[in-house]
Amino acid sequence: MDVIVAEKLTKEYNGKVAVRGIDFRVRHRECFGFLGPNGAGKTTTVNMIYCLSPVTSGRLTVLGMEVQKKPREIKSRLGVVPQENNLDPDLKVLQNLLVYANYFRIPTATARTRAMELLEFFDLADRADDRVDRLSGGMKRRLTIARALINNPDLVILDEPTTGLDPQARHLVWQRLRRLKERGVTLLLTTHYLEEASQLCDRLVIMDRGEILEEGDPQGLVAKHIGREVVEVGLGRVECTGQFQPAADCGDTTAMIVGRTNHLLRGHLAVGDSLFLFPRDNGQTVLQALQGMPVRFSHLLLRPATLEDVFLKLTGRGLRA
Amino acid sequence: MKSLDVSPLVWQVLRRHLIVFSRNWKTNLSFNFFEPLLYIAALGLGLGAYVQPMEGLPYLNYLAPGLVASSAMFATSYECTYGTFVRMEYQKTFYAMVATPVSIDDVIVAEILYGTFKSVLYGSVILVVILALGLVASPWALLVPPVLAVGGFLFAVLSMIWTGLVPNIENFNYFFSLIMTPLFLFSGVFFPLSGLPRIIQTLAWASPLCHVVNLVRGLVLGRVHAALIWDFMWLVTLTAVLFPLPLYLMRRLVIK
Repeated sequence: MDVIVAEKLTKEYNGKVAVRGIDFRVRHRECFGFLGPNGAGKTTTVNMIYCLSPVTSGRLTVLGMEVQKKPREIKSRLGVVPQENNLDPDLKVLQNLLVYANYFRIPTATARTRAMELLEFFDLADRADDRVDRLSGGMKRRLTIARALINNPDLVILDEPTTGLDPQARHLVWQRLRRLKERGVTLLLTTHYLEEASQLCDRLVIMDRGEILEEGDPQGLVAKHIGREVVEVGLGRVECTGQFQPAADCGDTTAMIVGRTNHLLRGHLAVGDSLFLFPRDNGQTVLQALQGMPVRFSHLLLRPATLEDVFLKLTGRGLRA
Repeated sequence: MKSLDVSPLVWQVLRRHLIVFSRNWKTNLSFNFFEPLLYIAALGLGLGAYVQPMEGLPYLNYLAPGLVASSAMFATSYECTYGTFVRMEYQKTFYAMVATPVSIDDVIVAEILYGTFKSVLYGSVILVVILALGLVASPWALLVPPVLAVGGFLFAVLSMIWTGLVPNIENFNYFFSLIMTPLFLFSGVFFPLSGLPRIIQTLAWASPLCHVVNLVRGLVLGRVHAALIWDFMWLVTLTAVLFPLPLYLMRRLVIK
């Protein structure tokens, strides 16, 4: 049975539509992602899933129960890692877990054992008696995830689990999340980091302005929309008469490039002063064709295709724009 | 309006507040303890020396039970304005709680009960102090803590209404200067209301603190009479009428 089923799920706040009739299903034991820029409606969707925000219309069932009808039952089987850490600053590290366990009516002895295991798992065991505000950003995040696991949840919801963390801290969180996945925990995460989405998610939806634009597995989506590689051409300033100048002075550069390489491409996309070319098979030949042109570009780059390209293609905008 | 959704988890939320309280009760308690003692010293002993007996009592004996009531009410009001607001808005503790089986109503009711706890505790501490000073005249004073619980619950509800209406930490000053201070001054803590113009007496009768003061003073001095039932009934009735309001207002702030 699917862990989450959403049908025509809609959320309005004060007359504004934040989520527009989306459909999705999260399967047992998978890591499912919501990828999209800020304001896409990811957090709103997540808030409905963990019964914080009431659903405006549509149907939403979590673990087989309707969110409107059984919020306490649903929440007792969820782990929630909110976007903003809301650890209890009045309590110490271990106490944070123990007090949280009380909200799930977990017997004290069980809670203590589980809390110690979790602190161990998240490399926080030696900080058990520290005040929460003494922890680094990465540690707070790990503690928040540990807290979400205190009730052995069937589904863990992570709203932007690594936003604001430095790369090292982010990788540590990813490692732990991968291990949770190996243990069979169903994960749902929102992110605007495409790397996070491609590293962790089995399947994801791309969300923008309250709608789901695409759904699939990360590699599949990239292969479907973009291909294997991307040639990125910088058109900020180009050179055609011996010095770099605005692209417009050299005529319609975009048309020139596309005309010259079209037979090698499966598509292209112009965003701002960059032109993205999607080679049909071999990126190197496209690169060579461009290098043979009488024009030089501010940059020319052949790189592997990513989810960001998919997002750009679907929305015409960057993820962090 | 949505019906009340309260479960035994209220106790777990209250327990969290008590754990936090047990960690810093010394600083907390001594601060709230100090102010009533200043009033007892300055007004009871200092000013009292120049004041004629009130209702047949030396001023200190008249004043002391009133301060038990007022310090209890202030303790609750601080907790359910500043304390509640910090937990909700700055610490986001409410959001962490409602992500568990705890409901928002559980959280709000636990806030009110914690405010009530503070009233009982702080009032009782002052009661013990005035007992030590020989200002408690009757074993009826044993009933003061339950009275403080009823009054504290009402003040917790009133404070949470303000917090729900004006969720902005700067505006809590207005609550204290526009509501709490007038209540403190015109509820019979410092002088009997019978000497005031009729209109102010009527207004004062509407003050919840006035009834808590009547009850506490009656019990402390052993002047227990049937009219005290009306004071008690007034507190209970007002509480029952107002209780749904903080729930409605606070839900609105957290659940969007």
